[in-house]
Amino acid sequence: MFYREAGQFKTTYAADSALFPILQDKIGIVLILFVAFILVPLTASDFAIDSILTPILVFSLAAIGLNLLTGYTGLLSLGTGGFMGVGAYACYKLATFFPGINIVVLIICSGFFAAAAGILFGLPSLRIKGFYLSVATLASQFFLSWCFIRIPWLYNYNVSASIEVPTRTLFGVPVTGPTATPATRYIVVLAIVSIMTWLASNLIRGRIGRTWMAVRDMDIAAELIGIKLYQTKLLAFAVSSFYCGVAGAMLVFLWLGNAESESFNINQSFLILFMVIIGGLGSLLGSFLGAALIWGLPIVLRTVPGFFNLSIKAATVEHITFMTLGALIILFLIAEPNGLARLWQIGKQKLRVWPFPY
Amino acid sequence: MHLLYQIFIDPFVQMGTAPDLFVQTLWEGLVTGVLYSLIALGFVLIFKASGVFNFAQGIMVVFAALALVGFYEHGVPAYLALGLTIVLMLILAFAVERLILRPLVNQAEIILFMATFGLTYFLIGFGELIFGGDPKVMISGALGLPSGSYQIKTLGGFVQMQKIDIAAAIIASLMVASLGIFFQKTRIGRALRAVADSHRAALSVGISLEQIWVIVWFAAGIVALATGIMWGARSNVSFALEIIALKALPVLILGGFTSIPGAIVGGIIIGLGEKIGEFYWGPLFGSGIEDWLAYVIALVFLLFRPQGLFGERIIERI
Repeated sequence: MFYREAGQFKTTYAADSALFPILQDKIGIVLILFVAFILVPLTASDFAIDSILTPILVFSLAAIGLNLLTGYTGLLSLGTGGFMGVGAYACYKLATFFPGINIVVLIICSGFFAAAAGILFGLPSLRIKGFYLSVATLASQFFLSWCFIRIPWLYNYNVSASIEVPTRTLFGVPVTGPTATPATRYIVVLAIVSIMTWLASNLIRGRIGRTWMAVRDMDIAAELIGIKLYQTKLLAFAVSSFYCGVAGAMLVFLWLGNAESESFNINQSFLILFMVIIGGLGSLLGSFLGAALIWGLPIVLRTVPGFFNLSIKAATVEHITFMTLGALIILFLIAEPNGLARLWQIGKQKLRVWPFPY
Repeated sequence: MHLLYQIFIDPFVQMGTAPDLFVQTLWEGLVTGVLYSLIALGFVLIFKASGVFNFAQGIMVVFAALALVGFYEHGVPAYLALGLTIVLMLILAFAVERLILRPLVNQAEIILFMATFGLTYFLIGFGELIFGGDPKVMISGALGLPSGSYQIKTLGGFVQMQKIDIAAAIIASLMVASLGIFFQKTRIGRALRAVADSHRAALSVGISLEQIWVIVWFAAGIVALATGIMWGARSNVSFALEIIALKALPVLILGGFTSIPGAIVGGIIIGLGEKIGEFYWGPLFGSGIEDWLAYVIALVFLLFRPQGLFGERIIERI
């Protein structure tokens, strides 16, 4: 009734292939951006911004990166954490060498270092695929983790072996370091994530995205219709790692403030993979939904006992959180193997034909 | 020049001048390799029969070992505790089949892979809730496993062999042999191989998929229990063991996902390569290369044989 494209006629190809062809979608996205950019920083508490919203955005970007590789190109990667780490450490070194350059520029630049690492570790992808490839990416994960510990140059020979973010300003307002307010950092993260999501959505709707999807669906057939497999796969690795690298740099610079190699270990990779699969392979929206669910669920589970004034030991809560998370992952997979994005699609379809069943 | 010498010559000189140390390193590598093989074996069993890449094998090892120790600590005699743990693994196999595999039948491989991730998380939480997160000592004495070590004087020095390691090697080979006989000779074994070849064809000749799945998960559970006992006897039983599941991946790559002999040979190659690499080349890079060396070895193999050492040739058609 309210969500219907009837009567919205397209007269040009450009209008037909627009990002949001339906008027209601346009209104919706403007509303969401308005809430995210203006209402949230004004009203939400520092806790909500710093421990819920910012991480969700950062992880969403990493999930988008992995989704480009796994969901769109069909190359399973377990090295996301390592590539995020490359971004973070590259950004740290860049900030050390070029203190005068704007920090946002440096964060974006660090993505290129991650992309280079991605290309390097994507090299085996032509000969091997599937789970075998995932092990190759696992090699990159462990190798990079090892580098983050064993090469002291990366963390400026810091005694604690961690990287600490210096204070940098943007238009005179501190955006990184201990003096930056959560709201400022949130807005910077939001801006970067929005722009990069917009770029990604255009990338996958264009020629590059279509070649990726052709490779995903059947790489031999893709090769036969003239897609250069190696270039396509390596490009997917590069773009994916670029996104992960930027996410990693934001994770350290705009959220945590300091980090060790632990922040980029294998568990981080798995976490991002969860987000992608629960959210939906091959869906940008799914990356956001997955990140929100996987990050938000433990927080919700931790606060639930508080509501009922149950005094459960912290350790017990932690164990129950683990159990519930595991059970929920299985439940979600059984209920909708195509992820939350598919549920959203179904809901949208229902809305479109409402009040009729079909 | 000096670096090249250090990489290509010096380690071999060291091996030559201290052969006893070299043999000791070989032995350590062999034993680690056998344990990797055991974990890989659990993976292969399940992958062969159901096409599920079971990430939960690592946590199953921990879970089985913890259950065994837990029963014993509650006053159950050691061998009865062993029996109870086996029953527990059977229950787990039933539960996995009923609650995870059956609703997810016919889904893509990656979905099933994720489901075993869910299982891993669940078992971690469940295990810690029941048994606590502290490391436990394996009851190897009560189970009649030997302790202590032999010292063999040889090559101008001596080589030390833990008795438990020898026992582990023997048990592992027994287990592989019996699994081999089970697969080749028995009725159920043939059904398992049929399921591995094609689910649909197996169904059409009247093989019950559900039953087969319970059997393989149970078999993998028993392999996990054996691994847990052996690994636990060497160090402690703790959730840190869970990470060894990841070490089994390069082993699988080397051996091929579907080959039992491959799992064994791959495990031994990885174990040997890792220990020797760490001992002779590790100091050059500032140690700790054990963490990723196995993956690099596997990666190099993959570039030449994408299907692993013993894996079936991959034929792709459009």
